[in-house]
Amino acid sequence: MLTVRNLSVYYGAIQAVQDISFEVKEGEVVTLIGANGAGKSTTLRTISSLIKPKNGEITFEDKTVTNLKPHQIVGLGLIHVPEGRKIIGNFTVRDNLKMGAFLRKDKAGIIESMEEVFARFPRLKEREKQLGGTLSGGEQQMLAIGRGLMAKPRLLLLDEPSMGLSPILTEEIFEIIRTINQKGTTILLVEQNAYMALQVAHRAYVLETGRVVMSGDSQTLRDDQRIRAAYLGEIA
Amino acid sequence: MALKDGKRVLVFIAGVIAVYALVKLLAMTGFLNPYWLRILDQALIMTIGALGLSVIFGISGQFSIGHAAFFGIGAYSAGLVTKSLGGDPFTFLLALATGAFMAGLVAFLIGLPVLRLTSDYLGIATLGFGIIVKVGFDNANKVIPEMGGATGMTGIPQVANFEWIFIFCILSIVLARNLVQSGHGRACTALREDEVAANVVGINIFRYKMLAFVFGCTLAGLAGALYAHRYPFLHPSSFDFLPSIDFLIIVVLGGMGSLTGTIVTAIGWVFLLEGLRTVLGSTFVDYRGVIYALLLIIVILVRRQGIFGNKEYGFLAPVVRRKEGRNATIES
Repeated sequence: MLTVRNLSVYYGAIQAVQDISFEVKEGEVVTLIGANGAGKSTTLRTISSLIKPKNGEITFEDKTVTNLKPHQIVGLGLIHVPEGRKIIGNFTVRDNLKMGAFLRKDKAGIIESMEEVFARFPRLKEREKQLGGTLSGGEQQMLAIGRGLMAKPRLLLLDEPSMGLSPILTEEIFEIIRTINQKGTTILLVEQNAYMALQVAHRAYVLETGRVVMSGDSQTLRDDQRIRAAYLGEIA
Repeated sequence: MALKDGKRVLVFIAGVIAVYALVKLLAMTGFLNPYWLRILDQALIMTIGALGLSVIFGISGQFSIGHAAFFGIGAYSAGLVTKSLGGDPFTFLLALATGAFMAGLVAFLIGLPVLRLTSDYLGIATLGFGIIVKVGFDNANKVIPEMGGATGMTGIPQVANFEWIFIFCILSIVLARNLVQSGHGRACTALREDEVAANVVGINIFRYKMLAFVFGCTLAGLAGALYAHRYPFLHPSSFDFLPSIDFLIIVVLGGMGSLTGTIVTAIGWVFLLEGLRTVLGSTFVDYRGVIYALLLIIVILVRRQGIFGNKEYGFLAPVVRRKEGRNATIES
């Protein structure tokens, strides 16, 4: 569904992503794990065209999307839920969600999606008329994911959904990610919390200083000694 | 639309008629002498221009410090039309359209390269542009003698009476309000609040910045065009840096994101300055800069969000969307 080939991204002279390649197949949850500064978020931001790569090609459903504008990427159903939520604090929860359906014209469908999001996140329904900025961190993350769902994503890019959340909330968010995937949405997940990410993902790529150093199905990686030592907090 | 909205529109229309009648009454009884009527016209013209900047800066977050230049472009280009073709109502309307169009066109051309960058660059570009325009007006007589250059432009038929200005002011308010409350306006607000958020929901950032910028500068051009037909003397210094700051102060003072605030503050601002001029006499001009700075400092210290914050009132307040049934929300 999504193929990234030989992608290199620079911030000025600094290379953040070095020649990485990976793919996401329809129906999967794929995760990119790695430490701070490994290039995970940069990769996601490049896929959704918020930054331009220096080299490499990104194809989505056999269409090259490397040179598209961010709004065109959204139009293809490639939806980015950015790091740090980026919800609009001055808009109500409902308006934030409506914003997620910005490119959709099917009014009935939008209302239906809104109901689905509220069914999935009852807490957002309770806070429907509250301003986004007054929500707790967990609720804001739910709102950010909900806003992504409002766009009817074919592929959802999730950037650090567990950031700043308590362990219980993190579990909750990951459970939600799992159900979203089970309902048919493909997911590319970027996480520092490798433990949780490997629980929910089918396959994983491990990034270190801008390179893919290891990849495979989640089960295999979970059992790998190096991964256990470096990312799962076990003493080797 | 919903009943509530319809009612508010009626109240607004009634209010407009009442204001008009009141002004006429005050003018007839001599309570408002021609001098203050002139100031009132100026306040309404200022309101039109300030609404433009309110959409650009207050609503869409695009920092522009050259608003008076677009006002000037509107004034001079409209003035040229009637100065050459005469001041009958048709030509006057043509002149207004020309002034508004020229300002919008120039805004579009500047926007093409600059609006792809962040808002700060627009600030710098419009600042520079404002200076260029002033120099252009100073020397315009070398190309078009009618424009007068540094000695100013005269001979424009003074055909813009209170009625015209009032009508166009109301029209501008309605246009700005409709834009801000449309999906397009929401997109502009979203990009002001967070460009990444706007990007990831599929808002074409460049297009919406352009929409706001061209719309706002067109209003500035319209205001300038009216000005040219109400004040017999156009001088380049009326359209340089300081008048641009006037517009900025109005938008910031009124409250970023509040059209209500812009309208009230624009009118209040013009009357305040005139009042000070009356009280302080000729020293006013010397102390104007001090007063500006003091006012801004006080507002930043006491009420950073501006007088109206981002709230709207009455006709300008967001519509309760009945279509969404019991889930209706009031957008703030």
